[in-house]
Amino acid sequence: MNVVLTAVVTCVAILTGILTATAWLIWFERKFSGRMQSRLGPTMVGPSGLAQPVADLVKLLQKEDVVPEAADRALFDLAPKLAALCALGAAAVVPFSATVVGAKIDLGVLFLLAIGAVTVMPVFMAGWASNNKFALLGGMRALAQSISYEVPLVLSAMVPVILAGSMDVSKIVEAQTRDGWYLIDPVWLGLPAFGLFLLAMLAESNRIPFDIPEAESELVAGVTTEYGGMKFALFYLGEYVHTLVASAVASALFLGGWDGPFAPGLHWMVAKTVGLFVFVYWMRWSLLRFRSDQLMRICWYWLVPLAVALLLGAGAWVVL
Amino acid sequence: MLQTLSVERRVDPHLSIDKYDPEAELLLLHMGPQHPATHGVFRMDLYLDGEIVVKAVPYVGYLHRAVEKLCEKLTYSQITPIVDKNDYVAPMTNEQAVNMAFEKLLAIEVPRRARWIRMIFAELQRIASHLLWLGTFTMDLGGALGGGTTVFMHSFREREMIMDLFEEVSGCRFHYNTHTIGGNRHDLPAGWAGRVKEALAVIEARISEYEGMSLENRIFVKRTKGVGVIEPGLALELGLTGPMLRACGIDHDLRRDAPFHAYDEVAPRVIVAEGGDCLARARVRLGELKESVRFVRETIDSIPEGSINGGRPIKLPNSIKIPPGQTYVGIETPRGELGTYLIADGSANPYRLKIRPPSLHALSALPYVLPGGTVSDALAILGSVDPIMGEADR
Repeated sequence: MNVVLTAVVTCVAILTGILTATAWLIWFERKFSGRMQSRLGPTMVGPSGLAQPVADLVKLLQKEDVVPEAADRALFDLAPKLAALCALGAAAVVPFSATVVGAKIDLGVLFLLAIGAVTVMPVFMAGWASNNKFALLGGMRALAQSISYEVPLVLSAMVPVILAGSMDVSKIVEAQTRDGWYLIDPVWLGLPAFGLFLLAMLAESNRIPFDIPEAESELVAGVTTEYGGMKFALFYLGEYVHTLVASAVASALFLGGWDGPFAPGLHWMVAKTVGLFVFVYWMRWSLLRFRSDQLMRICWYWLVPLAVALLLGAGAWVVL
Repeated sequence: MLQTLSVERRVDPHLSIDKYDPEAELLLLHMGPQHPATHGVFRMDLYLDGEIVVKAVPYVGYLHRAVEKLCEKLTYSQITPIVDKNDYVAPMTNEQAVNMAFEKLLAIEVPRRARWIRMIFAELQRIASHLLWLGTFTMDLGGALGGGTTVFMHSFREREMIMDLFEEVSGCRFHYNTHTIGGNRHDLPAGWAGRVKEALAVIEARISEYEGMSLENRIFVKRTKGVGVIEPGLALELGLTGPMLRACGIDHDLRRDAPFHAYDEVAPRVIVAEGGDCLARARVRLGELKESVRFVRETIDSIPEGSINGGRPIKLPNSIKIPPGQTYVGIETPRGELGTYLIADGSANPYRLKIRPPSLHALSALPYVLPGGTVSDALAILGSVDPIMGEADR
């Protein structure tokens, strides 16, 4: 009984924490991008516009649920739910501190990568079910991009796994607490692997400069063209949570997770995650976007060979 | 991916839709008129093979307001504010073009001061227009929710400064109506030249930021280099003018080759780039932006004293009657040669006023350059054309 209760409480706490964090991070991003563009960002709702996420949510809840006549109704309804679910599901195995972790499973990294790979399904599902040419093009692009970038993502995530000798995310963090963060120890291996993971993560969560599936100036809104109201909000949420969880995973795998002096582990983990999250948005609001074929070229010509080399390097480092 | 990108132009762009061979299984994508990146209400039908554009059919006319016909019912002084709305990104040059046509048929000599002021206005308008182009172009490349908007917001901040300066002169931020037949309606307020120089100093300092975010940005170069190449021969055949033509390596600028205003006394350097691709067009426009800033800063102090409205004092402007005759006046606007062909029949209204918009000619290049590229390229090319639909459709 006690075990079940603890598990439920932890899960609810993590879920609530992530959803709340996402809401405020969206507010932060809007303020941040506003400052980057010599604007103010949201100011009207609450002090400094702090209640803006609430207002957004209320607005989206009020919207009429429009489904295109020719759409595949079942898939159309399922896609946004699945998108949010996949993104949130990945959060289950991320250790936010030595104790705050939804599910301690031995194959945590594998679970994360598997869930990450599944997130492309709802996106393509939405593109197909919308019966809209822009959405279809966006879905096709998403599929091609995700499958390509899955390879460097998985390979670069394998580097800390090999170094720590475990697929349990908590064990990887513990190994880093013992031996030093994999970002700098060994630096010739950790730094490129971290960069690679970050790039692949940007592409996986469709962030600029790799956001071609959405590409609002080309494809209107890509896969979400036909979606409005809460369904759109779920896609939006999924995207943000995906980025947030991916940031958390990157901090756990490369930046020592909850490891840090002076403050409790949870604080360190949150600080690292938010730092990476802000970095992603810094990129988003400063860069233009690549073309889809250029994206594929970068992946298959540069990232995949580099990832394979790093994997071999990690193996050699452990053996020698 | 690379092999598929270099597909031959399989379909003749002149082929009409009903003659189109439906055997090839292509996706017909209606882009526009309601599309975030079609610069207003432009529409293209893209025939896609996957992501590759096989054929592109542009449609204009969604913003047709019968301006030319309307002008036939208006008196000459009423036409100025109407043509302001043609090229709504560079209204100043529109009014100059029609008024110069009227003056030519009336044989009115515009005072030297008025000509200088017109020249300064035209160059300031060029700065404002190119700033807007830079913002919208990077938005086409980088998305409305990304780095593109950052450039857009920054360039609009600077464009505001130009609009403030124009507002000070004419009382309007956008549709100025500051030119009349024979000169200008408003003289420059005291201290205006100093404020222009202040604003331009700020803009000049920030142009390097824009270049860092565009020409020096690797993603920008990757997206624009070799994309949408217009051959010089095609450019001449289609009647392209302005930056579109100069980006093809053809050194042609009416400000130097057929001087109007006061360009016969001082002339800005003409910016030419080789290549004819989107990057060359960006280079020309950013170069012109820089050059116009320099030009205005250097010449604004030399505006001569004197009257701003010559010929005869116009007390009853609605009574102006232009003697029968016809004339053509072409001036270099930010987008190229804006021509005004006027036929007067001696009455208070023009018999016919034909406007030659540079945007329409620029858009006519699209069916030739879009095939072979991807959808993303199509939008990049459209952005680099810098079309203003109000002008193209009139």
